[in-house]
Amino acid sequence: MSQLLTSAPASGGLPAPVPTSPVRLTINGQTQTLQLAPWTSLLDALREYAHLTGTKKGCDHGQCGACTVLVNGRRINSCLTLAVMHEDDDITTIEGLGTPDNLSPLQQAFVDHDAFQCGYCTPGQICSAQGLLNEGRAHSEAEIKELMSGNLCRCGAYVGILDAVKEVVDSEGRQEK
Amino acid sequence: MTQTNHIGKAPNRVDGPLKVAGAAHYSGEFNVPDLAYGYVVSSPIAKGKILKIHADEVRALPGVLEVFSHENVPHLAWLDKSYKDQIAPGGSPFRPLHAPDITFNQQPIALVVADTFELARYAAALLRIDYEQEAHETNLEAKRTEGFVPGKGKAGFQPPPPPRGNPDKALANATHSIEAEYAHGAQHHNPMELFTTTVEWRGDGKITAYDKTQGVFNVQNYLTSVFGLKKEDCRVVNQFMGGGFGAGLRPQYSVFMAVLASLELKRSVRVTLTRQQMFSIGHRPNTLQLLKMGTNPDGTLASLQHHALHETSQFEDYTENIVNWSGMLYQCENVKLGYELAKLDIYSPQDMRAPGAASGNVGLEVAMDEMAYAAGLDPLEFRLRNYADRDQNVDKPFSSKKLRECYQQAAAKFGWETRSQEPRSMRANGKLVGMGMGGGVWDAAQKKSAAKAIISADGKLTVRSGTGENGTGTYTIMTQIAAETLGLPLEAVTFELGDTDQPEAPIQGGSWTAASVGTAVKDACDALGEKILKLAQKPADSPLKGAKYDDVEFVNGQLRLRLDHDQAVVLRDVLQASGETQLEADSSAQPNMAKQQPYSLHSHNVAFAEVEVDEDLGTIKVTRVVSAVAAGRILNQKTARSQVLGSVVWGLGMALMEETIMDHKFGRYVNHNFAEYHIPVNADIPHIDVIFVHEDDDIVNPLGVKGIGEVGMLGVTAAIANAVFHATGKRVRDLPILLDKLL
Ligand code: FES
Ligand code: FES
Repeated sequence: MSQLLTSAPASGGLPAPVPTSPVRLTINGQTQTLQLAPWTSLLDALREYAHLTGTKKGCDHGQCGACTVLVNGRRINSCLTLAVMHEDDDITTIEGLGTPDNLSPLQQAFVDHDAFQCGYCTPGQICSAQGLLNEGRAHSEAEIKELMSGNLCRCGAYVGILDAVKEVVDSEGRQEK
Repeated sequence: MTQTNHIGKAPNRVDGPLKVAGAAHYSGEFNVPDLAYGYVVSSPIAKGKILKIHADEVRALPGVLEVFSHENVPHLAWLDKSYKDQIAPGGSPFRPLHAPDITFNQQPIALVVADTFELARYAAALLRIDYEQEAHETNLEAKRTEGFVPGKGKAGFQPPPPPRGNPDKALANATHSIEAEYAHGAQHHNPMELFTTTVEWRGDGKITAYDKTQGVFNVQNYLTSVFGLKKEDCRVVNQFMGGGFGAGLRPQYSVFMAVLASLELKRSVRVTLTRQQMFSIGHRPNTLQLLKMGTNPDGTLASLQHHALHETSQFEDYTENIVNWSGMLYQCENVKLGYELAKLDIYSPQDMRAPGAASGNVGLEVAMDEMAYAAGLDPLEFRLRNYADRDQNVDKPFSSKKLRECYQQAAAKFGWETRSQEPRSMRANGKLVGMGMGGGVWDAAQKKSAAKAIISADGKLTVRSGTGENGTGTYTIMTQIAAETLGLPLEAVTFELGDTDQPEAPIQGGSWTAASVGTAVKDACDALGEKILKLAQKPADSPLKGAKYDDVEFVNGQLRLRLDHDQAVVLRDVLQASGETQLEADSSAQPNMAKQQPYSLHSHNVAFAEVEVDEDLGTIKVTRVVSAVAAGRILNQKTARSQVLGSVVWGLGMALMEETIMDHKFGRYVNHNFAEYHIPVNADIPHIDVIFVHEDDDIVNPLGVKGIGEVGMLGVTAAIANAVFHATGKRVRDLPILLDKLL
């Protein structure tokens, strides 16, 4: 019992890929021009063209949150948006939040609470948590857990992530008062 | 206590700042010049033949460099042996792009290489392929009666021990008995980082492969034998791995593809799998287990029988140790263990966190719960009555075993005494409440490992070993061991790993890295310490004159007599006075077989879980977990706790969510993405308490560590399943326990 699966040829050859054009992006306060095709995702633009590899690819389909960055302060999945759509935006990646020698409060809290193991989901978690702080929405543990649930962590560092985010949420709350 | 006493403390991860700042470089993140991108094309059919690949249409696209397939792959190694990696199972390993035959769905059948990732993806989507499709079989149910007993198989596989006593007679005469079948579907590792390899073309046939792997040496051996490369021309590097869980134990086809393309195109190439393709690289196999148990009037086990059948591919006999644990976790004189495989048209399964044990443990520990109920005993009390002081599989005492203390401490913390035995007898917040428990056992292994330690005149220590860091904390614990051995602050020590230019370390798996590489690191530092002592004794007025290495200790940057701390020299002064710019020492550590041989070496754990079940909706919420682990000495309280927390999350996923669903009509996994293959998210995870019960054990290895990455996953899944029974009175024996199974 066998069956043939044969695909039909494209008439007149395959459609040529779309040409690239210069795209101006402001990433972590620095403006640079990248030569990009219109179908290049913001995530691929960051990783493969701007060589900012702190932003991670875990699925490329908006299902894991590893690629979370801040666009005008709001968290988005950078794999679900095209780079050309962000010429006028202010893009912040994990590299823009702090450096190994000068960590942001969230980054430090993640280290202190061991809120990661392999670290691959971590930049996305931190950008997501930063967005959540910016939104000023999460206060209780239950809210933080819910609002951080778009960021998968296969190492299962969720307890530490909650503790780290809670610590910073609480300390920022105290400062506001 | 001094500040250079690091082992057993809870320092932050030394690689933490790099990871949280996005500055740790994973394999797909090396920016090499003139990089081309490869995109893998996967088979849409499970079985058949490729008739034609219409590669020329795609090659004609501007920017496309080449399409590789069996039609044009150059001559590679011929013998099967050349494709066998260090832990390949028995059989014939899969050879990518080797022949037109399709033996599993999603089989990689072509690689499209282009100037950019987007172009490669575009071209791959347009590649036309003609197939001849044949009938396939992917359903284990259809092969129930066609199981076979595998041969010796891969390294580490132990066929079940022969039966002991008279298990059938004992079962027939038992006061109470149970018999039940347990099942779980395929599960996929799904580390967050996609499998990826960046091959840097260094010219003249030389390459560096930055590869996602749990064993750089395993990959190097594979590449040199498959592609005929010299070791010195084929460097493999992996400094950070975005999770492995077993998926990176064997070389994956991503590295084969990237190296092939790089050698052929004489150019640097990166190949990254898609999340969908992450479901084509091995998995925890679909497994069916039959358990029979009977008790004596005093609640001791009269008979224990455990049989497992799981799937494997047509070409390899993948094996794991599923049932053996059942012969050693409890005391029982009449035991029968059986293990079979069945061949299906799927890819070979692959070790996945606590391979074998995680599967067998669910069968055993749920059956123990059923048996406790049948015998009218509290499940914890039942386990205590059957506590094993000796490993009956091999008839040896345990080198150490504090499972009893785990039971006691975890039960107390959890409040097990508040539980009422009757199912459906506890309620809270309008929901049914259930409490369950389960325990487990895992190997404490040590493998041969090497390390090098180098100290410079300014007192900075560098230690190297080609092991891996996939989240387990290797950088940190090795830094702690090295720093403590030579009395240095953590900041003065750099540990380097993940490079075939370094001394050889084993594959990172089996929870043996801390014991194996840790011992090598300690030995290298001790060897260096002896050299430093010799230097320190050179001056005629040395306060350490005549001292042996055992008489001295390194503390706080000093070298001093153990019994007279005033007789001390400053390490840096010794090094500077010696006139040497640096001093180095090597080690090669092996397990002490003579010392280990009389004993059974194992770690143990127990987990207690509480669930709330909504009776109307069938939704299950895990509300609390307490996990206690006895795994020798804990090197770093913080990273070890994280490993156990992660294990609990895995156990929860296995209990309630994870299953890769095969559509048998197409022989294809249908939920091969993160939206439909569910893993736990933050909101699923309850409060988790982790307890380490310390064991003093100088038999397992000089450091006294047993490893922690896998044992913590055991017990958890069964504890949750048992808690669901306790809450609802309904025994679900096929995982995951989805709400429809409760309605
Ligand atoms: S990579 Fe964007 S959500 Fe997963
Ligand atoms: S830390 Fe590894 S996936 Fe989150």
